[in-house]
Amino acid sequence: MKAIHRVLMIVAALSLGLLFMFPMWKIYLKAPQYPEGLEMHIWVNKISGSSESVLQNFNILNHYIGMEPIHAESFAELKFMPYIVIGFMVTGVLIALIGKRNLAGAWAGLLMGAGAAGILDFYLWLVKFGTNLSPEAPIKVPGMTYIPPLLGNKTLLNFEALSLPALGSAGILLAIVFSILAFYLSYKSAKKELINKPVHSAA
Amino acid sequence: METLINKLKTAAPKAALLMALATGAVLQSCTKSDGGNGGATADALSSDAASAVYVAPGKHDELYSFLSGGFNGQVSVYGLPSGRLLKIIPVFSQHAENGYGYNEETKAMLQTSHGFVPWDDLHHPKLSRTDGQTDGRWLFVNGNNTPRVARVDLKTFETVEIMEIPNSAGNHCSPYPTNNNEYVIAGTRFSVPLDMKGSTGDVALDKYEEEFRGSISFIKVDPKEGDMELDFQILVPGFDYDLANGGKGPSEDWVFFTTYNSEKSGTLKEIGASQNDKDYLAAINWKLAAKYAKEGKLHEMPANYYHNKLDKNTHTAKSTVKKKVRYLLPEECPGMMYLLPAPKSPHGIDVDPSGEFMVVSGKLASAIPVFSFAKMQDAIKNKQFDGEKNGIPVLKYESVLKGEVKEPGLGPLHTEFDGKGNAYTSMFVSSEVVKWKLKDLKVVDRIPVYYSVGHLMIPGGDTKEPHGKYLVAMNKITKDRYLPTGPELAHSAQLIDISGEKMKMLLDFPTVAEPHYAQAIVASKVAPNSVKFHKLDENKHPQAAKKESEANVTRKGNKVIVKMTSIRSHFTPDNIEGVQVGDTVLFHVTNLEQDWDVPHGFAVMGANTAETLIMPGATQTLRWVPKKAGVYPMYCTDFCSALHQEMQGYVRVSPKGSNVPIKFSTGKKKQNIPGVASAK
Repeated sequence: MKAIHRVLMIVAALSLGLLFMFPMWKIYLKAPQYPEGLEMHIWVNKISGSSESVLQNFNILNHYIGMEPIHAESFAELKFMPYIVIGFMVTGVLIALIGKRNLAGAWAGLLMGAGAAGILDFYLWLVKFGTNLSPEAPIKVPGMTYIPPLLGNKTLLNFEALSLPALGSAGILLAIVFSILAFYLSYKSAKKELINKPVHSAA
Repeated sequence: METLINKLKTAAPKAALLMALATGAVLQSCTKSDGGNGGATADALSSDAASAVYVAPGKHDELYSFLSGGFNGQVSVYGLPSGRLLKIIPVFSQHAENGYGYNEETKAMLQTSHGFVPWDDLHHPKLSRTDGQTDGRWLFVNGNNTPRVARVDLKTFETVEIMEIPNSAGNHCSPYPTNNNEYVIAGTRFSVPLDMKGSTGDVALDKYEEEFRGSISFIKVDPKEGDMELDFQILVPGFDYDLANGGKGPSEDWVFFTTYNSEKSGTLKEIGASQNDKDYLAAINWKLAAKYAKEGKLHEMPANYYHNKLDKNTHTAKSTVKKKVRYLLPEECPGMMYLLPAPKSPHGIDVDPSGEFMVVSGKLASAIPVFSFAKMQDAIKNKQFDGEKNGIPVLKYESVLKGEVKEPGLGPLHTEFDGKGNAYTSMFVSSEVVKWKLKDLKVVDRIPVYYSVGHLMIPGGDTKEPHGKYLVAMNKITKDRYLPTGPELAHSAQLIDISGEKMKMLLDFPTVAEPHYAQAIVASKVAPNSVKFHKLDENKHPQAAKKESEANVTRKGNKVIVKMTSIRSHFTPDNIEGVQVGDTVLFHVTNLEQDWDVPHGFAVMGANTAETLIMPGATQTLRWVPKKAGVYPMYCTDFCSALHQEMQGYVRVSPKGSNVPIKFSTGKKKQNIPGVASAK
């Protein structure tokens, strides 16, 4: 890997830092009596929202349909995910220093895998909350489940729910793009060097 | 025949309005002959009045206005120009609607040296000021009957402080803030015999002339938090002190008071106090007074007055009893106070935005004198005195007079200004508002109002920079303005457009009780600071249960303390047993909600008090003494959610001495209790 490729790799590793600065995903809720809207922000290490008490307000609304209350503590992911991200950042920088192209490729591959796993995990949580409803719920609509959309919008009773990735996710995307770029450009320039080198005919 | 006339009468205003709308002012004179209220409606009505006051659904008004409630002891908040009632703020009166003055937290607000006084006559709201302009932080109001001054915080629209005024009776010329709230000034209406020990003396009533005195109080206001403190009083001659207003610009250091009963009559005042051809405008240099106070001219006397404050974090009021008061005597403080002769029994004193002109409305006089501050300064310098009263120099009338507004109308009471060189005076007797020019004192326009206008108000019309677009006339007599409601009628306010040369009537709106004075302010100075809910983390109420796991019921002797929570849509606990007949049960209810506009109410059957309405994040206490055994339902009184009707519970009351233990719960064992606060 040349200097430029190493820089790209460092940029890739550092891009993941966005995950600590911005939420990964946002769920927007709108209803007639919530003209200002309610937002839930999912971070790599916490759940927050448009106001301090957004979780309480989500939970109060959800309790009518018997949805389990959402607490940051109930997600083990929020505890270990930050370490995974830091792990990726450290190894990313190390790979840039070592300068091994294949390691960069592997790093990109692993990160894509981790990203996909994260999205799958998120979806499974949505399904779990949306379908695991208390039999004692005051409001029961036969056949109705309340799985919020993973991406895009959906009407759930009086609420219009919209779910979109946020800036934190862009960090993962940038990390993937830059690491693949580092890998690919390094690969290309190596190939070029190979072609330009004089061929020994010792064999 | 009778019914035909009635039909015509009801149709007349509609027809008149239609005609006015269709053809504008052309048909104005025709409607006069209708005789009924039709003429009054359409007479001065502008053709685009409806659109001028129309605030579309979901849109906000341009201004907040605060109208005093007079004998209801409250302040009502109206949006302008729509005239929509936004809120009633209880100040001196108990308010069953939200438990103010009934619940344990706010009872102390209404404590006085006379005991618990749950009513007063609230006359004058005044907004706090910065650089002589309204700043939207606080509203000061007076209690007339049991002399008090209160402060309303405009972040919460709650009364947060009430201070009793000692040595005062009929706290009418009150409260008047100086240009940066250095002082809020409160004067007495009645003079009374002071025993100089904090009370009125037991004196024969025919000793008025010798024994009776008035007082003017200087209340210091903390520039940051607004907390009030009675700094000192000036003991003044035994006249009646009616209204006051502060100077501005060149007259910034001065405050002016109208006085009447310079005759010092103690009986049949309507005659006795109307004998002298001239009474006085009292001018006090408050800066000099403050300086004299600092320089040790102060005397001190024992006193006994209450000062009640609501703590922001506990939402609980506490009373402090103050035991002394400091005072100045004008005869010992040269240059501090002067008397300006004014036409018989003057009412309003209003200072124009430049601070140069003092307009005195002599309600029994045929002209309105306008005094010049510059001339007053010269007269003082040149000692143009016309004797003295109780050691206070009286200035010569001509030496301080700029001129008189001739034939303004009958019964001038109050004047406000539009900031464009015009003054507007209310005429009680001739039921009109009269517009005149400050420059030449010429009347330029007049508009009838219905009926017998008292105060009038222009937003900021008493400040350095009026918002001269509207004028509100507050009328003392309502009669036929609205559908009749028996002998007792709502009062009537009228909104007048003053943006043009001619005044235009825009709107009638009924008001609560009797508005005396009002204040208004552009919404942008208040609305952005409005609190949406109290933060639970900042709730320092000693009995707050901040999560459901903290809720409990404990007995201490014959007191049962219930620490209770409410959240959509249940109370914790909602089943309580072990209460006995004669116990004092204190329900300390904490509203765990942290969202805008989700109050919960609380009421229990048979309680001899009002419900308590608890804002999100706050704790309020309802006191209940059950008188007989049985089961008592309790419930949430403010429709909070789809399951509001289910938000209820039961208290079991057993006979005195029963062995039923204290027990409390919410839901059955293993039942999942919704709401997040419990899981924390």
